Order: sequence, then C-alpha cells, then structure tokens
Amino acid sequence: MTLLEEPIPELARRLRRRQVSAVELARESLAQVERIDPGLGAFLRTTPELALAAAEEADRRLAADPEGSSPLCGIPLAYKDVLCTEGVETTAASQILRGFVPPYSATAVARLNALGAVPIGKVNCDEFAMGSSNENSSYQTTRNPWELDRVPGGSSGGSAVAVASRLVCAALGSDTGGSIRLPASFTGVVGYKPTYGRVSRYGLIAFASSLDQVGPLTKTVEEAALVLAAIAGPDPHDSTTLQEPVGDLLAGLEQGVRGLRLGIPREYLEVGIEAPVERVFESSVELLRGLGAEISEISLPTTEYALAAYYVIAPAEVSSNLARMDGVRFGPGAERAQSLRQAYETARHRGFGPEVRRRIALGTYALSSGYYDAYYLRAQKVRTLVAQDFAQAFEKVDAVISPTAPTAAFRLGERTADPLAMYATDILTLPANLAGVSGISVPAGFAEGLPVGLQVLGPSLGEAMCLRVARALERELEIWRQAPPLERVAA
Amino acid sequence: MQQERASSPSGRWIDLEEVSKVSSLARLGLSEEELEGLARQLDQIVAAVAKLSEADVSGVDPTAQVGGLHNICRDDEPRPCLSAEAAIGNASQTSAGLLRVPAIQ
Repeated sequence: MTLLEEPIPELARRLRRRQVSAVELARESLAQVERIDPGLGAFLRTTPELALAAAEEADRRLAADPEGSSPLCGIPLAYKDVLCTEGVETTAASQILRGFVPPYSATAVARLNALGAVPIGKVNCDEFAMGSSNENSSYQTTRNPWELDRVPGGSSGGSAVAVASRLVCAALGSDTGGSIRLPASFTGVVGYKPTYGRVSRYGLIAFASSLDQVGPLTKTVEEAALVLAAIAGPDPHDSTTLQEPVGDLLAGLEQGVRGLRLGIPREYLEVGIEAPVERVFESSVELLRGLGAEISEISLPTTEYALAAYYVIAPAEVSSNLARMDGVRFGPGAERAQSLRQAYETARHRGFGPEVRRRIALGTYALSSGYYDAYYLRAQKVRTLVAQDFAQAFEKVDAVISPTAPTAAFRLGERTADPLAMYATDILTLPANLAGVSGISVPAGFAEGLPVGLQVLGPSLGEAMCLRVARALERELEIWRQAPPLERVAA
Repeated sequence: MQQERASSPSGRWIDLEEVSKVSSLARLGLSEEELEGLARQLDQIVAAVAKLSEADVSGVDPTAQVGGLHNICRDDEPRPCLSAEAAIGNASQTSAGLLRVPAIQ
C-alpha cells in the first residue's frame, strides 16, 4: 500500500492538514519508481533533486497558505518525454535528440510547476509519439503492469504505466491520433484529449501540429479535471490556443447522465471489435441507460475513410516538422562530415528509427508534386467530412460513446512487423483528432483480465460534458480502486 | 487513380525509384537494402491510404486546421527571449557564438 493510491483531492486535504508533507510524497514516489519501475520501464529518467526542491517549496507554500494553494501543490507528476522541461534532458524517445537539454519548459509543464506540482521525471513514449504500443521508443521497452508481456499502448505508454502503477499521481501525455486515450484504455487509467487549441502546444515537440494536444492521464476523472483545468487556456506562446474561458471543469462533474443523449456510432461497431471488449462496452451502455441516459444509434459515415486521411495528413505534417531534426541545433551532430548534405543524412540516418523514417517518407511522398492532389488535398477534404459528421452528430446527441480501441492490450512484438495492423489500433480514436473535438477514455471493465476503456467524445469545448459522462460511469464501477498486481515486479 | 495504377508496369503503388527519391529529398540517408525494405512497406501503406480515392469529396473544401482561428497576430514589439548562448546551447558544433556546419557542396 502506498500513499500514491489515494486520489489527488484526498492527498491535497492531507497536505493542507500537514498529515503528510510534499517531501514525504516526493520521496515515496521516487522510492516507488526505484522499487517497481525496473520491471516496467516507464521512466526514462527521474529528477530527484528537482523533485525534492519543488516539494520543499510546496511545503513552504502549504504551511503559509494551506487553503489558498492549488490541490496540485505538492503532488508528484511525470511528464511524457515529448514535453520540454527546462534543464532536464528531453529526447522524444529518439536518438536524434539524445542529450538535448531544453532551455525552456512547455507551457503545460510550466503551469503545473507554478502551482507547486512536483516533477518526478520524464517518461517513455514511442519515438516522437509515433506509435500505438510504445514499442517505437529507441531507448527501452515499457511493459503493461497488468500483464508484463503486453504493451502498455502508445504513444503515451510511460505516462499511463506510471499512473496505473501508482508511481506518480498523474502524468501529462500528448494525443495526436489516440496517444493519450489508447494507453489509458490498455492500462486502466483515465486519459483526456482536450479540444484542439484548449491546451497550449508550446514546448511540445511537434509531431502533427494540426492534430497534437497535450492532456492528462490520471487514476480518476476528477483528477483529470483538476490537471486539465491547470494546463488549459490561452497562451501567448501558441497562437492556436482558444480564447474561450476554460470555465469550472469540476462544477458539473457529479451531475450524472439522466436525460443526456448519448450516441453510439454504428460505424464504430463495424471495425472488428473483439468480443470481450464488445461485452464490456455493452455493459457500460446498459449501466448508462440504467442511470437515465437516452442511448441512440448514430452515424459517422466518413469513419471508413478517416484512417486513410489520418495516415496521409499526420505523416505530411511529420515530414515538415521533423525537417528541423538535422543534428545542427540539437542532438548529436555528424562529426567529420564532408558536406552539409552528408552531415544531415548521417545525423538523420543515425537518429531516426524505422517508424519515424516510414512516416517522413510517406509524408514526403504524399506532399510531392504529382501526388499532392490525390493524397494530401483529398485527405484534407475527407477531414472536412469527418468534422461535419461530428458537427451533425452533436446536433442530435450530447456525447458520443464507443470502446476506446477494438482490442485490449496486445502482446509485445505482436504488431511490430505489420505497420498497417499497428495503425488500425487507432481507428476509434483518431477521428476525434481530425475533427478537433474533445475525448476521454475512462476504465469500463476488464476483457479477460485486461483493462479496457470507454471512450466519450464531446463537441468542441465539450470538456465538461465528457468529464461528466465519464464520471457517471466511474462512480458506478470504481475501477480505479483496483491497482495492477505489482508484487511480481517489485524489486 | 486506381485504374491508372493498375496499368503501371510494376503493378506497385510506389516503386523503388520513387522511394529513393523521397528518401533523398528528406535526407534520410538510407542504404540500398533499407530502401528496398521501406519500398515494400510503403507500397502496402500507400495501397491502404489510396482508399481515399473512393470518398466522394466533390464540392468539399479542404480542412487544414480545426481551431477555427484566422490570422492571429501579435503586436510587433520586442519581447524577452532566449539569449543567443541559450539558443545555441544544444548545438553539436559552434564557433564564436554561431552554429558551425560543413560547407555546402
């Protein structure tokens, strides 16, 4: 039993009453990482000195003004390694950024730091967040704490595992096609992908700029709301952030689903959902119906083209964004190169793993003259249709529900040889990124012993709605109280 | 698009020559063997995304971003920023406060 089992609001109460100190929590978190993480591989590096300094400062604040301090003051957190952290190596799990020490922090990180949150370290992910299993990290394998020969999901796999295994209270991830929601589903935690523009992308190492969003992974829905509220809102450093006020994300959390209209997209059930996952989904639907939700079938007709559109648009943006990774301004350069071209090619050949190469090549191809209209332009038009599908759906329903993924966590190595099978993992999550709408994955049950999530999608700026529906299910199921069986991995 | 491809002599969506060109444009520095492997995989992926050709997009405008924002400008005034030293602090080679690279040939 660790103190980190407790949800953040409970820990915040104890911190304010001085029943526990932030330094004790930080030490507990660092000790948990040392004890358990060697068997899981979630952390790329811990930052004990920074953590203890931040915790001491948090204790001072809590002593000076217990009621005025944030519920996140003194709370141990982890950051996906695509988020820049000032003075702390940030690699995006790629060799091409080995040794890169950012001179500034991402806005989302800086906002949490400013509230007194305690940074425990940087967590593993797929290289540049490109992947659905975490197996594309160039540094280490991250394992699913529920079954160690399974993937944690990706690309925010380290974030999900760190939270699921109670190494930290919450973590930040990023979601370009499902990279927060999918690992949340696979590891039994809550994962929130905000509306595009709700959270600043400043300091997030770009993957696909028109799709990327930073968001929280937590044990509970309330914790997700707390972290999201802390990081959301306009940022002068990111001109794509939305100016609308964030509002009180906690106020409506307990309102329940009575009278809410929830739509199930018929196309989402036709993608080959495995039977045990489907059973969990059906029982979630019955539960929500029992709580008074009006459930109806809806149609998102462009779903069948969404995957293809995504795997043109995202790689196209990759080919452009990753052009800056050239070994000149950051990362290991090429010594003794004879020409600038050779220096670029050497640095990029050494620095990029197979999936990143594939996506750069695919994106470069899709943008090249002669193919631009057939692929990139056409994909952008399909993107319009996907967004229209959602806009029409949200005229009829308050939220859309589905399984988060067609399967539970698959085995390590099962899909690495087949990129298309890996890509299909995101089929139920990536349409939300194309449309820019908000979405959450909340633990909904177990499929043959493995956690699976319910995905709740809300309209643009529908954060409060997603959280409310997810909370209604969580209140009934309380799956967050079940921690994975970690005795096996404890050193 | 599909008819056009079916009649291509190689019967492939993307051939080795195209992959080689793309790799060169993107400065990936791939070997012959790596290019061949990549060509096989890209062929499968391009065949899959070619499903886009079946979508009816007549009269549909493209969407490049979904935030609904247009032309966000800031005042053109000096603001605090990184020092030059911090900005090039991660460079592999510097000289007299500048980035150093091999000659363009």
